[in-house]
Amino acid sequence: MTPLAQLLEAALFSACRPLTVEELSTLDQDATLADVRVALEQVREHYDFEQHGVELLELAGGYQILTRPIHAAAIERAQFSVRTPKLTAAALETLAVISYRQPVGRAEIEEIRGVSAGGVLRSLQERGLIEVVGRSEGLGRPLLYGTTPLFLELLGMRDLADLPRSDELTIALQPHRALAVGMDDAAAYVEAES
Amino acid sequence: MTAPEAPTTALGAGPGFVVQLDAFSGPLDLLLHLLRDEQLEIADIPIARIADQFLQAVHELGLNQAADYLDMASRLVRLKAQMLLPRHFEDDGWEDPRAELVRRLLEYQQIREIAVWMGRSAERRAEQFARGYLPAPPELPPPPLTLDLMVLLQAVERVISAIPSPVLHRVVARPLDVESATRRIEALLEQHGEIAWLDALGPRPTIVDVLSTLLALLELAKRGSLRLLQPAPFSPMVIARDPACTTA
Repeated sequence: MTPLAQLLEAALFSACRPLTVEELSTLDQDATLADVRVALEQVREHYDFEQHGVELLELAGGYQILTRPIHAAAIERAQFSVRTPKLTAAALETLAVISYRQPVGRAEIEEIRGVSAGGVLRSLQERGLIEVVGRSEGLGRPLLYGTTPLFLELLGMRDLADLPRSDELTIALQPHRALAVGMDDAAAYVEAES
Repeated sequence: MTAPEAPTTALGAGPGFVVQLDAFSGPLDLLLHLLRDEQLEIADIPIARIADQFLQAVHELGLNQAADYLDMASRLVRLKAQMLLPRHFEDDGWEDPRAELVRRLLEYQQIREIAVWMGRSAERRAEQFARGYLPAPPELPPPPLTLDLMVLLQAVERVISAIPSPVLHRVVARPLDVESATRRIEALLEQHGEIAWLDALGPRPTIVDVLSTLLALLELAKRGSLRLLQPAPFSPMVIARDPACTTA
């Protein structure tokens, strides 16, 4: 590994969150963003080629060293680390609405899910998975929510583009304009199914 | 969640139809579950049947406490009524009253699908551990103040001068002695019949004596015991015995 790759490896090892290419480039004044990307690739290949117990992953817009899934059970059995608790169905549904429709207000979330969302929104906010990103111009200027980088981290996504696209879902869906399914779409869906 | 504590309940007559209450994340979920169970198309919901089943499920699951479920139940009952209204075949303007519900169900189904995908992603991600979490360092106290003794003393002085001085009110016993002034004036009038204002005051009068005497004079004049005369403007006041009073 080049000296730059070693430096990046050390930095990534010391950090407990994903580091962006921009952040990593501050380690060495002479290194360009392209240099950093090449060096990161070197680190990744090194881990893979030498069959290390850890790997370099692209997460939430940055890079992070993580243990390989195959060791999860043993590490957990020894209680060196614990799995993040699973999200409830209500939390996942709420995150699904927010991630596709952000910025989105509470009323819209409740309309789509058919249940009140106050408690779920609060706990998601406390866990740092969503945040208030603004206020609507509508009546009462309700708060608008959006997802955080931590949300991407929790789901192992690089960015929001990693969300399933419309053609990957059973029902056609466009991110952001996502859930405005008219009756025409519904009819098309039924036809396609039958 | 909206669903209260959840006993596993057998619902309906269908064998193996076991409903776990906390498995539902809302009325739309329950509705989808019923549709799936009956293998019905979302786009062509037999409203009457599904409304009855929904109400039955809500009742049997003890969900009737949950406002969200009751809201959906009332919508379904209204839809059921709307579907029963007669309509003409030629009526092109007829809009399926179920359209809104179908749209919501499809929308919700998408959300469910994404939620399942997200759940799987999170589970996969949870298989990999990062470095242990280090809590953020606590916030440092503000840096020590840099100032010399003089600045500090001046500041103390400013603070002290800003303290308002307490408002004190001195209470004094009422010193006016109208009664003895009255007696003195009466005695003087007894002797002289007519006295000057300055005579009535007595020797070395204080402000209190002046006031007492004035009040006594006014009081006596009111009673009619004496008369106050002033022969000309700005001339000294003359105090005279009231002749009517003397005879009495």
